[in-house]
Amino acid sequence: MWNWDYAFSILPQILSALKITISATFVGFILALFLGLIFSVLVRSDIKIVSLAVRGIIQFIRNTPLLVQLYFIFYVFPKIGISLKPFTAGVLGVGIHYSTYLSEVFRSGIEAVPAGQWEVAKALNFSHIQAWIKIILPQVIPPIIPVIGNYLITMFKETPLLSAITLVEILQTAKILGAGSFRYLEGFTIVGIIFFLLSYPSSQLIKKLEVRLGAKN
Amino acid sequence: MTTYEIFISLIKAGLKVTIQVTFFAAILALVLGFISGLARMSRYRTIRFISGVYIEVFRGTSLLVQLFWIYFALPMMGIRLSALTAGVLAIGLNYGAYCSEVVRSAIQNVPVGQTEACIALNMTKTQRMVKVIIPQAFVMMLPNLGNQLIELLKSTSLVSMITLTDLTYQANILNATTFETTKVYTMLLVIYFIIGLPLSKGVKLLEAKVSEGRV
Amino acid sequence: MTPIVSYQNVTKTYGDLEVLKDIDFNIYPGEKVALIGPSGSGKTTLARLLMTLEEPDSGIIEVENKNLWQEEVGGELVKAKEKHLREMRKSIGMVFQHFYLFPHMTVLKNVMEAPMTVLGLSKKKARQQAEEMLEKVGLSDKLDVYPAQLSGGQKQRVAIARALVMKPNIMLFDEPTSALDPELVGEVLDVIKEIAFESDMTMLLITHEMDFAKEIADRVAFFNEGIIAEQGDPEELFNNPKTPRLQSFLSRFNS
Repeated sequence: MWNWDYAFSILPQILSALKITISATFVGFILALFLGLIFSVLVRSDIKIVSLAVRGIIQFIRNTPLLVQLYFIFYVFPKIGISLKPFTAGVLGVGIHYSTYLSEVFRSGIEAVPAGQWEVAKALNFSHIQAWIKIILPQVIPPIIPVIGNYLITMFKETPLLSAITLVEILQTAKILGAGSFRYLEGFTIVGIIFFLLSYPSSQLIKKLEVRLGAKN
Repeated sequence: MTTYEIFISLIKAGLKVTIQVTFFAAILALVLGFISGLARMSRYRTIRFISGVYIEVFRGTSLLVQLFWIYFALPMMGIRLSALTAGVLAIGLNYGAYCSEVVRSAIQNVPVGQTEACIALNMTKTQRMVKVIIPQAFVMMLPNLGNQLIELLKSTSLVSMITLTDLTYQANILNATTFETTKVYTMLLVIYFIIGLPLSKGVKLLEAKVSEGRV
Repeated sequence: MTPIVSYQNVTKTYGDLEVLKDIDFNIYPGEKVALIGPSGSGKTTLARLLMTLEEPDSGIIEVENKNLWQEEVGGELVKAKEKHLREMRKSIGMVFQHFYLFPHMTVLKNVMEAPMTVLGLSKKKARQQAEEMLEKVGLSDKLDVYPAQLSGGQKQRVAIARALVMKPNIMLFDEPTSALDPELVGEVLDVIKEIAFESDMTMLLITHEMDFAKEIADRVAFFNEGIIAEQGDPEELFNNPKTPRLQSFLSRFNS
């Protein structure tokens, strides 16, 4: 059943593909943060059409599978002239998909800031942007860091989906190696262990962070 | 083919399997979620440990990896499962782990006064759980379980990657045969969106029903 | 007369704080005892130890001549198992400051639940007894209502009915009116007074309502900083407090 020699022989290749997995995770995460923040601001817009349209877009993206969205970006975009490489398409897909979740996190974080803070900002004559940057955001961010951290871990675990649009990350690497050698057990187990070894300690760290941040408040 | 024809064709070819996988995986996830959520609070260390391992392993590794492992790696150990079984099993195990956290935290959020009132009335722990704690926890769980259900529905699209003929798989086939890429994938997105609507509504109705008179 | 409840050298500590310091205290059958004293003085803890909600750190509590927290196994005294505790709990009931009604059950169901589940009564019998008890506390018209729709005073009366229907020999009332708006306090005190005058049940009342304590208590015990600083006849205690601590405590209530 399990062959240790084979397992060790494929380890280097799988580990080198880990670079792709991790960079896809982080780039996607940054995009999601950025877009998520923009969405959360737009959703609160006073212009009815804007807030409704954005809310509709968010709902649609959140309630449809990431895999299908990846296919859409990779196969349909070229039809309107936008041909993307697997990595770019993948990062775009993950980023946009998770930006909708993060926009919710930002929105509720913003709403958790007491109304009095806005009033104080106005009383002290801060401009709208100054109020955001100096007063509101510093209060929004600390409580939501654990939640956002957990989304980073979630996105990391979603990167194997990018194999569907031909990105060779670690799962795809294991699959290719497996197809060649007819041995799938070692490859997939190693990939599973790699995911676990990276995400479990991270989630434990976030739990500790949550306790620390909670204690401060 | 017109957009409408593509829509109908997709539904005919793939809806049944998608619904099957969703349905059975959801039941498995719920059952596992309750069992392991309760087990996580057991006074026996071994039981707590075992369910803890299950929960952390399935939450800490990727669903697609779990799916591939069950479908491709298990046969290497002599266990060959059909794509449908593998799909239901992987998704059920994965979401069972997430549901167990929802179950556990809801139960722990029932006010401690309820437990004390039950002790004062001399109920056994089982009686207290069944009659007082779980009914109250259940209402708290529903919104989160509803979210998990929608995520589960979306995750069924992954079974297309182990050649199970669900909506996504059939869409890929349809794309390859008709080259109507834009229409096919747009309709696919729309179909998933539409299926999700009654699920969300259903959970909200259940929430309202269970909270009758209590708010 | 042998006490129905007896605390011997009972100590309870939370972290650094010694909440009960080597307490000796007896309660006699049929007695109505009021416990008064400032917050944190230990009176609630005394009741909670009896209701088995907390375990004493040292000392013995006896209920109806049986050791509450310990049992004899093979000739040795060991910490009591759940089975023993459940047997002991049959004689004890408690009403809590914050009611703790079951929000997902109607008033009637709240009162019927324990008789059916714990005492094994048939649904018919449980319903009958519940209805009688609810009539006694004046809530016959609220049987099918959920707790969320009741006032605080009504909730507490349901809680009293729920505890009484189990026919305990010893009833504990932990500040039953402290969480109520002032205008609702009277209806609950009236119910407790009626119970006190009508029945032989032993009652332990933790309360800040001094007039009420004076009216129904056979004996009053004043707790302060983990010990019983003074106890005795209510008339005597309230009119002629001997210890300075009790004097200053009571002065706060004389307006």
